[in-house]
Amino acid sequence: MEYGTKVVAGVTPARGGEVFEGRVPVFDTVLEARQQTGCNATMIFVPAEFAADSVMEAIDAGIELVVCITEGIPVLDMLKVKQFMVGKNSVLIGPNCPGIITPGQCKIGIMPGYIHKPGTIGVVSRSGTLTYEAVWQITSRGYGQSTCIGIGGDPIHGMTHRDAIEFFNADPGTEAIVMIGEIGGGEEEEAARFVKERVHKPVIGFIAGATAPPGRRMGHAGAIVSGGKGAASDKIAALEACGITVAKTLAEIGDTLMERLKK
Amino acid sequence: MNIHEYQAKELLEKFGVATPSGRVASTPEEAESLARSMISNQLVVKAQIHAGGRGKGTFTSGYQGGVKLCKTASEVGAVAAQMLGQTLVTHQTGEAGRLVRKVLIAESKEIARELYFAITLDRALGCPVIIASLQGGMDIEAVAEKSPDAIVREPIHPGLGLLPFQSRKLAKELGFGPANMRAACRLFHAVYRLFTECDCSLVEINPLVETKGGEVFALDAKLNFDDNALFRQPEIVAMRDLDEEDPREVQASKFNLNYIGLDGNIGCMVNGAGLAMATMDIINHYGGSPANFLDVGGGANEQQVTEAFKILAGDPNVKAILVNIFGGIMKCDIIAQGIINAWKVVSCDVPLVVRLEGTNVELGKKLLRESGLPIIAAEGLAEAAEKVVAAAKGSN
Repeated sequence: MEYGTKVVAGVTPARGGEVFEGRVPVFDTVLEARQQTGCNATMIFVPAEFAADSVMEAIDAGIELVVCITEGIPVLDMLKVKQFMVGKNSVLIGPNCPGIITPGQCKIGIMPGYIHKPGTIGVVSRSGTLTYEAVWQITSRGYGQSTCIGIGGDPIHGMTHRDAIEFFNADPGTEAIVMIGEIGGGEEEEAARFVKERVHKPVIGFIAGATAPPGRRMGHAGAIVSGGKGAASDKIAALEACGITVAKTLAEIGDTLMERLKK
Repeated sequence: MNIHEYQAKELLEKFGVATPSGRVASTPEEAESLARSMISNQLVVKAQIHAGGRGKGTFTSGYQGGVKLCKTASEVGAVAAQMLGQTLVTHQTGEAGRLVRKVLIAESKEIARELYFAITLDRALGCPVIIASLQGGMDIEAVAEKSPDAIVREPIHPGLGLLPFQSRKLAKELGFGPANMRAACRLFHAVYRLFTECDCSLVEINPLVETKGGEVFALDAKLNFDDNALFRQPEIVAMRDLDEEDPREVQASKFNLNYIGLDGNIGCMVNGAGLAMATMDIINHYGGSPANFLDVGGGANEQQVTEAFKILAGDPNVKAILVNIFGGIMKCDIIAQGIINAWKVVSCDVPLVVRLEGTNVELGKKLLRESGLPIIAAEGLAEAAEKVVAAAKGSN
């Protein structure tokens, strides 16, 4: 609200009828909030145990943009959410993410607003604090961001790197794209193939986790499902092969972007 | 979270998957008396540690192999005496190896065929997937590399579950004849039920065997669980063996800190998993080596920060500490106060480099300045990494 986001409703079961800070009405269900205020986006902070249910409630109510901040949702719950979404019109960002911000206009998330500045760089990332770091480097060098999207660090989530890049590619306000990935899965590679085929805007990449010990959090079979993909070195090679300039360290994202923009 | 082989087999039995009958022993005497009570004269003794490759492993005593076939009870006792209380090194344990505290004594089966059967998560498809192969008993990664065609993948619809026709298809592909088709299908369904009801991230049966007597058994099993779902799996949490985990990680988990111990000498405290990984990477880039991965999370309180700092400062391998915080929900002043509190109770005699940015950064920096602690302040991430690497080298 401080940032200027138009917050028209809150939802807390059994607290319907209250008014938050004398301004925002509270409802018992998302459907009521939708019907009475016409809200078209929601941010979910519900504890992990109940978060999947809340995401499905928001989708069922027809909310177009659902941003789920909650960390620690069981994987099997997220599989159900993904199934529930089939055929629905909602876009899900997250879970386990900082949210989305269009600097100077709208913030649906938990990122520190002051590090951002309106501009032309689109940023997409699997990690919250890594996004802040990249955004801060861009802002410190006098550039701003068109929109920053944290897609979240969970294996099963809504919007993907590819989805975000497709959005940035179509957005006339975005001139260059920064994609921040990490080890595990194959989403960065998928996005890179899309960049090679369809994107003519400059794309900068970064992959975290080159020094992470192999095997932690990843069983044998998991490593196979991703077809031998997932290691940082493989991802960096895949990105570079598709014309993405990859920053060597996190501290070099800003400078790498500046150099690429000069070309 | 991981569990032992014997615990995995108990769970499989509970869901109706046959495993060779076996018992667990903690002493050679117990092992011998258990062996006497078993009818079979073909027994196998298996060291229980949370790591694969036990059969080809070596004990630090020089004794070869953590899986041994025995014919008599006294032989079982003698083999157990060689394993219990000894450290077993396999390709998965690292050089330090693992102390064997329990052995499983199981009936050995006359194997006709060895197969591979696993259920895990397919991230790209967003559903569970069965992975199966005729080439069981081997490292599945090696099979995937040498002969990828020998591996069958069957995605499972998370809403519909494993469908009967899918089981029949898999049984056929795994070469089960008319006699065992139904047993195999029943087993596949039982394993899927275990996977979903216990919130597993991996169920791996390797090998799944067909015996000469025509029975179908899970001869060895490995189960991993989704840490996010442990709140609703009290029975699984009760199986956790703290002895198998890095003591630093056990301490960190008591305070809900996401910590992974590593071999380097620079302690790291970071907020956010991605930033924590990238901080390790940049330390490595400047010629240093991280002692740990530590994500204090987005909503950590002063106590958690204090405990995190205690773990770093109390690690004898740590020669310098880097605190790298980019505050979002996490406020920089909370981190600063946590460090100041920890300093009062822990004697920290290694250099400390702190880099703060984000929410309440000025307040955090002010607290640290006024605390009078010997902190090396850094502005950017590269500067922080360079300073901590130099400090770690200096204090060696």
